[in-house]
Parts: sequence; structure tokens; C-alpha cells
Amino acid sequence: MIWNKEAECMRIGEREKLQIERLRAILRRAYKNVPYYQKRFGESKVKPADIRSLKDIKKLPFTTKTDLREGYPFGLFAVPRKEIVEVHTSSGTTGKPTVSGYTRKDIEIWGEVVARALTMCGATKDDIIQNGYGYGLFTGGLGVHYGAQRIGATVVPVSAGQTKRHLDIMQDFGSTILTCTPSYALYLTEAVAEAGINRKKLKLKAGCFGAEMWTDRMRDEIEKRFRLLALNIYGLTEIIGPGVAQECDQKNGLHIFEDHFYPEVVSPETLEPLPDGEKGELVLTTLTRDGMPMIRFRTRDITTLRREPCKCGRTLVRMDRVTGRTDDMLKIRGVLIFPSQIEKALLEVREVEPHYQIIVTRPQHLDEIEVQVETSKKLFSDEVRHLEEARKKIEKHIENSIGLRVKVTLVEPKTLPRSEGKAKRVIDKRQL
Amino acid sequence: MEVKQISLFLENKKGRLWEALNVLAKAHINIRALSIADTSDFGILRLIVPDPDNAKKVLAKSNFTVRESDVIAVGVPDSPGGLASVLKILTDADINVEYMYAFVEKSGKKAIVVLRTDSISKGKKALKKAGVTVLSSQQVYTL
Repeated sequence: MIWNKEAECMRIGEREKLQIERLRAILRRAYKNVPYYQKRFGESKVKPADIRSLKDIKKLPFTTKTDLREGYPFGLFAVPRKEIVEVHTSSGTTGKPTVSGYTRKDIEIWGEVVARALTMCGATKDDIIQNGYGYGLFTGGLGVHYGAQRIGATVVPVSAGQTKRHLDIMQDFGSTILTCTPSYALYLTEAVAEAGINRKKLKLKAGCFGAEMWTDRMRDEIEKRFRLLALNIYGLTEIIGPGVAQECDQKNGLHIFEDHFYPEVVSPETLEPLPDGEKGELVLTTLTRDGMPMIRFRTRDITTLRREPCKCGRTLVRMDRVTGRTDDMLKIRGVLIFPSQIEKALLEVREVEPHYQIIVTRPQHLDEIEVQVETSKKLFSDEVRHLEEARKKIEKHIENSIGLRVKVTLVEPKTLPRSEGKAKRVIDKRQL
Repeated sequence: MEVKQISLFLENKKGRLWEALNVLAKAHINIRALSIADTSDFGILRLIVPDPDNAKKVLAKSNFTVRESDVIAVGVPDSPGGLASVLKILTDADINVEYMYAFVEKSGKKAIVVLRTDSISKGKKALKKAGVTVLSSQQVYTL
């Protein structure tokens, strides 16, 4: 099934025409209304009028998360604040999160692209969509919500966590589509087995999973245990939220909704555009967003673009599933975290030495973070109780700062690796 | 003078305990008593040695996190109920024991118990008042 055949199956030449028209319009708007873009375009000696073809896009400067932080909170809005009807932020933690503002029209576009994504998973107005993405500042919950409503499906906003509730609703309501992070889906399969629920009594037929990196092996496992079709969804707060791209039932990459988001893949070293089929960093430009146009946003996600025709009939370009990032940012259970956030929290605890290491593992299906902290003379006590208290205090402090539970391990002073240059603070042991 | 105990932080890592003891061996420091408190992640090694200052110095030089604290050493009759009677005195005086460990004197007549109470002076006072042999630092170091 295809939600918007006209947009999703458009002839490529026609789409390119639409893209350049939209690109030129959004550049003019961004240049006129956002001082930041004026400044950056000026530095790159480029004017919106210089962009005549899609290829010219490489003349434009990149936008990064740092730029967004500098503009915090509303510096990149292209419309008066009163036209913004909703804001979301990236991981709502300490420091400066990145803010994303939406006009009413932007919310409609968001609903449209997520409707396309859910339709790829087989959703129709007859379906019950059990939404396990977090509602709140995180875009996952509401993004899926808008898409489901656009289709006219019945959406159950369970939000993240609350496993018991998820199981009850799944059984009692007869949910047909599950949306959540893939690791939580796997966790739910175990909970279903543990609760002795007969899988045959569940009506789940498909799952729309994303917000974190996952593998085909994980997909196989979820599909086998839940007996459903598990498909990958992609998106990011800065661009719109979930619904930038979605995998169709061919399971051969995620279709990017190119009429709204213009993708490029660039070399992370030279930042030069790479041809289709080559692996690099995904850069996205929003073509239709009013509230906050994003010009050449460096996603830091590593992928490959493919344009060979897809059996599903869509002419949209496909991106490979994201397998890594070009920065040290961590995606933990769907939440983006900079190691520096953990560092900041750690250093606020007086007794702690500034040496630490973050170890990320996925022992079962959920990501876990261990923070190894060097014990200082001040922290050390001859009583276990005091050390345990100190450890818990650090754990609590980090949890309050990043919103995720971590396990703190005290290690001996001067035992963590030191280096002259950039210290390797993160060891990611997850097998993805 | 109070009896001094040296304690060090040990990561739960293979060979780490040996490394600590080896530092002391090389410095010709004899250990009078020791105990290890352990959790799943780390351990605390507590030691009574004749020259705590020197022990502290050599351990710190080898990058161990060391701490010195006051403890009480008492001589307890090496017979059933010996230790219980000592603890009863502290309980009656409303003094909390943080931790303790025991070793037997070479002659075998008495057990030496090292106690860490929430207040060292109060603990000592209560024990002395009840007639328990509280050992001086010199007595403990030269055992």
C-alpha cells in the first residue's frame, strides 16, 4: 500500500523539478528571515540566487548541531514565534538541547510523512496502532501519533516503558501495529513469553521500529518471536522527527521522502558530496519546512544512498540502515547523549577525579551504560558503606542530568587510559 | 597513641591484591593483621603494620589510594563467648561497630580484635571501664 502515490511514485525528472523549486523558495525564505543563515551564506559568499540546479547545493554551507546550540532556543526560527505551534527538543537534558519549532503547516507535513511511513508498514484506518515511543519533548511519540491520526487509524498512546500495560493493551485491544524502539520490541517479546501469553492470541501484524541503530539479526529475532513484519523508520528532531525515511516491505533500505527532505551523502573527511552507492555522512535539507528550515544539516549518521528501482513501485531514493556516526555521540535506548553531558555531571560531584570512561553494552536487548570513575583520595573511605553511598550519589547525579540510569564503577586512581590528544572516553561494545 | 590502620582501595582485578602486598614485602614491612571488605566492584584492604607511616608512603608511591584511620585493638579471651562479651559492652553503651576483624596472638592465649566504632574515644572508654584489655599501639605493632 502507498499513502501518497503521486508523491511517492513521481517520475524522477518531475521530482527534481519540484525539489529545485522548493529548494530555491526555502533558501530565499531562510536567507530573508534567519540572520544566522544570512551570516553563514555571507561567509561562504553565496546567495540564494546562486542556486540554480540541485547540484549547486554544494555551494551552501553546512548546518551543524553546534550552530543550533548557538542559536538556542529560537535563533533558527524563520517565522515569528507566535506562528510556532509546537516545539520539540533533542535529548532534553542539561546543556543546550537543540530546539525544533513547528508551524501548523509543519505539523501537517509531519503527519503526512509519518502517514506514508506507517502505510508502508501496512497501516490503514482499520488498524490499532500501539505507540510505544515516548511522548513529550522527544519527537517519537507525537510524530507517530500525528501520522496515525492522519491515516485515521486508532492510536493508543501508551508511550515508552510500562511493560505490563503494553502487554495488557496488546491483548485486550487487539493492537495490530506496534511502534517503539527495536530494543524495546525485543524486550516486549521476552515479556510476552514470560507472562505466558499465547502469541497466537495477539493480533500484531507489523512493527515500525527506529530511533536507534539495529541490525538485521535483531529484526529476524523480533519477527520470529512476535510473528510480525518489522520495518525500520528513520528521522531526527532537527529535520522533523520520525518520518524522514521508512523501509518498505522489500526490506531493501529506507525510502527518503525526497519531496520534503533533500538528501546528500558527503565524505566525513573532505565534506565533498559522494556519488550514490558510496558510504558517508547523511546531510539533509528540508524543502518545505516553514518554522525552521534546515539547510544542509549534518546528521552525523553514516549511510549510503541507492537509486536502483524498488519493487514496491516507489521512485524515492533509499538509504541503507544507519550503522554508525561520525561523532562521539551515543544513541542509548533512542536518546542521544554526548559523553560530555556525562562528564559535566560527573565533574559537578566534588569528590570525583576528572578521569572517567563510558562503556556501552547491550547485555540482553537494552543498552546499558557503565561509567568508570577514578576514586580520589577525598572519596576513599575505609568503610564500604561510605564508598557505596558515594557511588550511588554519582549514579543519581548522572541520572538526573541525562535522564538515563547508569551504573557507576569506582576504579583505582590513574588506572584509566590517558592520552595526549583527545581521550577515548567511550567504549562501545554493542554488537550492531 | 591510637592504633593506626592503613586501608587501601582495591579494584576487583586479578593480581591487584598481590601487587599491594608485594609493595609491602619489598619495603620489608611485616603485616600484623589484615582484612578485606569486598563488594562486586571493589575491595578495601585494611592492614595493621608496625610502621604505618612508612607503609602509607610506599603504597602511595606505588599509586595506591591509601588512608589512615584510628582503630581500637582489644585482647579477648580465646574461649567461647569471649568476643560476645566485648560486643555486649559496646551494645549496652549504644556504640555502633562499623567493622571488625580478629587475629590470634602467637602465644595463642588471647585473640586480638581490631574494632572500628563510630566514636573511637567513646568505644575505648566503655571497654576500659568494663575491664577489657585495650592494647596500646606499641603493644599491637610489636606483637
